[in-house]
Amino acid sequence: MAAENLPSAMIETVTHAAAWVIVLPMALCLMGAALLLIVRKYSGLGFMLALTVVAGIISCETSLLLQVMESGPVGMTMGKWLPPFGISFTADVFGASFALTAAVVTLIVLLYAEADRPASLAGDGFYALVLLLLAGVTGSFLTGDLFNLYVWFELMLIASFGLIVIGGRPVQLDGAIKYGFLNFLATTIFLLSLGLLYGLLGTLNMADILRVASLANPAAMVGVAALMLLAFGMKAAAFPVNAWLPASYHASPAAVSALMAGLLTKVGIYALLRTLVILLPTTRDALEPVLVLVAVATLVAAPLGTIAETNLRRAIGFLVIGGIGAVLAGIAMPSLTGVSGAGMYIFHAMLTMTALYLVAGLIEKQTGETDSRHMGGLYASSAPLSILFLVLILGTAGVPPLLGFWPKLLLIQAGLAEGDAVGGLLVVALLTNAVLTMIAGSRLWTHIFWRAGFIPDAPLAEAPGRLHYLATGLLTLLIVAAGLWPNPLFEVVRIGAGDMVNPARYTAAFGLAELTP
Amino acid sequence: MDYVVAALVGCFVALGVYMLLSRSLIRMLLGVVILGNGVNLLIFTAGRLTLDIAPIVPEGVGHSVGPIANPLPQALILTAIVIGFAMFSFLLVLAYRTYQALDADNTDTMRVAEPEHAPNPTLSY
Repeated sequence: MAAENLPSAMIETVTHAAAWVIVLPMALCLMGAALLLIVRKYSGLGFMLALTVVAGIISCETSLLLQVMESGPVGMTMGKWLPPFGISFTADVFGASFALTAAVVTLIVLLYAEADRPASLAGDGFYALVLLLLAGVTGSFLTGDLFNLYVWFELMLIASFGLIVIGGRPVQLDGAIKYGFLNFLATTIFLLSLGLLYGLLGTLNMADILRVASLANPAAMVGVAALMLLAFGMKAAAFPVNAWLPASYHASPAAVSALMAGLLTKVGIYALLRTLVILLPTTRDALEPVLVLVAVATLVAAPLGTIAETNLRRAIGFLVIGGIGAVLAGIAMPSLTGVSGAGMYIFHAMLTMTALYLVAGLIEKQTGETDSRHMGGLYASSAPLSILFLVLILGTAGVPPLLGFWPKLLLIQAGLAEGDAVGGLLVVALLTNAVLTMIAGSRLWTHIFWRAGFIPDAPLAEAPGRLHYLATGLLTLLIVAAGLWPNPLFEVVRIGAGDMVNPARYTAAFGLAELTP
Repeated sequence: MDYVVAALVGCFVALGVYMLLSRSLIRMLLGVVILGNGVNLLIFTAGRLTLDIAPIVPEGVGHSVGPIANPLPQALILTAIVIGFAMFSFLLVLAYRTYQALDADNTDTMRVAEPEHAPNPTLSY
């Protein structure tokens, strides 16, 4: 073949300066983490530096989101090689807005952690690990290449390993073993599916996969998609493979559990949304019965776990799993409304689950207990805390007008619009989940705050500081405000879901529009 | 040759899964390594195996002449090997620290985070 007949493989135009904003968040995180490792011995500097970096990331991602909202998905390909050779980063509305939410959650958790961390732990690299975790999360949201997604997953995983074991108490080591093995197994299964996908399609670039997926053997593709469902389901802690989450999240300090509950499982479920709904839609249809079963089982089983559990943070861990069920329900009915609902639920879950863990940390601090059976009467000593917890529980259950209500409304609408038994089943499961969550949450609230307590007169184990309340209050305020004024969020998920259901604009962002199969 | 390597991948994965089903942490670690190597071999095979044709463009031609080996899987595997090695090292140290702290290398007896006889929830309310 003569050289002049080959299609162009290089991008010959200069990368627009504005396009760099896609990779800037990851670059900032990684450089910030390196810098933090260097200066980790200087107490006080770490927190300020991490705060500055995260604030910088938030401003980058805000501008990215505004750009994407206005002019559609933007892409950038490394090294001037056109896809599938170069590694692409692509921000669509979902990716950019989730990344922004992740950075906001990290900022709040940093504030909380600064108030919460004992002085003896200074210099342990906590802030560097938080930034590395954020780099992994942001990279997973913004990448346009499946192998690159795997690399970000592993970065996120190694950072979370470090965060879980900081402190080194036996309970943390025990939790980390279960977390570590099962999550590493999940990413290995993901890598396995990538290998098979590469063998079938010869590409791992997302836009390129979209272009050639229909040419491959459908049965083999179902196998690949099933492996991905297993891998991402494990990362997201969907029902039959959720065992690692309640075994590990309560072991680490509250700030770390909050960060992981807010970010990690959401990245897993987002990757599932991206691969099944955008990349392999026809293959998803073949897997639909499994998706529906998993969604229903997760929705119903998770709040039952909360009811049965007495350890406060383990109980909340089951609420995190319940939220994953709701997003799975959206993936099981990929209409515009269904995907909108799933996307909006991810926002809600990121904010609310983080806030719940932060409040649980404050409760544990005040009572000096981790078991809800030994708490009680906390209302008398800390009314604001009881209000925060109640608001968040109502939000999780989906009581209007809090943020949790709107995505469930969208999902139920989508289920009814399906008009068949499957849609009806999902609607029933969603409503059952709401009722069970309400029961579980109000039981927790009553036990901890309302019943005649064991400890109302006892001196507080440790009074939370002002920064604790500032961080938790800010996040709760954000949840209430977003619930009362949901229009901007509806606009975001409407555009985001539109690009998911009809990915023409998404593929165009890769610069591949002119190539045909 | 592809079939032979594919069968080998199958053996690696089967052995890895079998080892992972064990309760002993060391056996599980070995299982993780074997499974990871099986997956690396799978990516290598997925890029199609070709003998003795290096992916090198001759000087002055500007494009390849004749068939060449696929260089991409090698890049992918290299990344996966490095990452897998880092994870394995971390898990190995973690398992050793856990053995010191909990005096357990059997997952059945590691019940600090999840107590074996967890109390029943209270029946009030």
